[in-house]
Amino acid sequence: MTSPTLKAPAGAGPRSLRRAKPRYGERVIQGLLLVAALVSVATTVGIVVSLIPPTVDFFERVSVAEFLGGTEWTALFSTPEYGVLPLLGATMLITVIALAVAVPVGLGAAIYLSEYADRRVRAALKPALEVLAGVPTVVYGFFALSFVTPRLREWWPGGGTGPDFQNALSAGLVMGVMIIPTIASLSEDAMAAVPDSLRDGAYALGSGKRIVSVRVVVPAALSGIVAACVLGISRAIGETMIVAIASGLTATLTVNPLEAMQTMTGFIAQAGQGDVPVQSFEYKTIFAVGALLFVITFVMNVISIRLVRKYREVYE
Amino acid sequence: MTAGTGIRVSEPPSHPAPRKLAGPRFRPGESAFRLLLLCCLAVGIIFLGVLITYVLVEAWPRLDSRLWENFPSIRRPERAGAQSAIFGTIWVIAFTALFCLPTGIMAAIYLEEYADQNRWYNRMIELNIQNLAAVPSIIYGILGLGLLARELSLGTTVLTASLTLSLLVLPVVIIASREAIRAVPQSIRQASLALGATQWQTIWRQVLPAAVPGIATGSILALSRAIGEAAPLLLLGAVTYVAFNPEGLESAYTVLPIQIFGWISQSREEFHHLAAAGIVILLAILLLMNAAAIWLRNRFSKRW
Repeated sequence: MTSPTLKAPAGAGPRSLRRAKPRYGERVIQGLLLVAALVSVATTVGIVVSLIPPTVDFFERVSVAEFLGGTEWTALFSTPEYGVLPLLGATMLITVIALAVAVPVGLGAAIYLSEYADRRVRAALKPALEVLAGVPTVVYGFFALSFVTPRLREWWPGGGTGPDFQNALSAGLVMGVMIIPTIASLSEDAMAAVPDSLRDGAYALGSGKRIVSVRVVVPAALSGIVAACVLGISRAIGETMIVAIASGLTATLTVNPLEAMQTMTGFIAQAGQGDVPVQSFEYKTIFAVGALLFVITFVMNVISIRLVRKYREVYE
Repeated sequence: MTAGTGIRVSEPPSHPAPRKLAGPRFRPGESAFRLLLLCCLAVGIIFLGVLITYVLVEAWPRLDSRLWENFPSIRRPERAGAQSAIFGTIWVIAFTALFCLPTGIMAAIYLEEYADQNRWYNRMIELNIQNLAAVPSIIYGILGLGLLARELSLGTTVLTASLTLSLLVLPVVIIASREAIRAVPQSIRQASLALGATQWQTIWRQVLPAAVPGIATGSILALSRAIGEAAPLLLLGAVTYVAFNPEGLESAYTVLPIQIFGWISQSREEFHHLAAAGIVILLAILLLMNAAAIWLRNRFSKRW
């Protein structure tokens, strides 16, 4: 802070507005608060620092091409292969299934809450959606494994044997429901930020409510909606318990969602249980997969944050 | 106007009768669309209803005092309970609250009251918090495993678990507290400063008391997220069959979500009901916390 140096005339005259003496206590408090804020930066640094050394060790034995290009993942077997594609493929397949549920449903819910619901309805429905977001993921996993999968197997319309006991489909469907609140609430925020003048303009031209919602409000809020979806993708990629419980422990490279498959998070959860010796290669493998997961979700988060910034700048 | 080639005297347009401004009373498209949107909302709510009903039905045979009086046992499921998991959860969450709430609220005060948004480091802190809020929870498990448990050799103890969970929910606490602090109107700060209070006196005696309900609500919701979290603790040695309650920070432990996960992985029928019963306890705790948060919000929230 550079305060202008006001030289008060000696003796009489108004007293300077400058503070009389430096307040060291205030400075100390501000410093402490800054340290608390820096804990979050330290967390990010900690994540990177804890990921890098074991990952570097990992890539001394397994080449990057083998890791990213290999189609066989048997890291915990006696003859290990370290091709991450089966894990990556399973993660992507389950994410696609989850998004196929969450994007349309979440967007529909957001349009209703933002454009149709009056204040009382919204006050009742929004907390219900928030409860959905607060259900622990281990509960979703239990539900996917012991309710959704049996129903899918029961109702499977013939052709083949139907879904496996653990499969990507039920994990993806349940994960989709888990992500609905994320997409609905962020999209609704974006829609609420669209100025009423745009709506009024469209009404004045004779549009009905549906046209105003779909052709005016949604396009105007698009970057916010896309940001919500990207954040949803990031959550789906990082979700662990649902896939560890409901989608299986065998890494298979397939696009058939009825089969059991293991995701990146599923592998970390499986390999990390129990005491893994630090020197073992297994331990390093966990960190290598974790590093890949961190990089992917980091890119998603940065895209999402940027998009949110963009729409804020336009309408506020 | 361009050159008038081929000038034609335009005929006066025939005036149709003015259309009515009101549309037809019944618009099928509009109604169908509205119904579709309502269905979207219903999906989530019906799902929640089915989930709770299913869990309650499955838990019913095991929902009795064995659950909190007995310890987990893998050999005799009919006598197994979750006492060590319930106490483990209480221990871990108590210390999580102790670590993350002061830090989170202090960080929020700094960012709202002191930070100059034009400085690059303040913007970096902010971006960093937004990113951390979306980092997968299992990555925090890796952080806890690599840095806390191994490098700082804290081992797989209650302390490691609560430190890790603190870092995990810290962004949530910060974001919620910032919103509560931001909601306190500037006029209150200005009045306090004008009366000669220093900046910290203003924050401590005016801003924080006014923001406490919002901060408390956000903190409870953040802690309820920590209670349900299982993924990071899987890596941090929360074992499933612990036959004792934690006795201190150095103690081994288990928590409810991990215990539930352990029961889910068992194939015997009895364990399935035990898992459901554990879920009922977990959901009951979360419901209580949520109710407390809503009560706080309604009881103490001020409209400025």
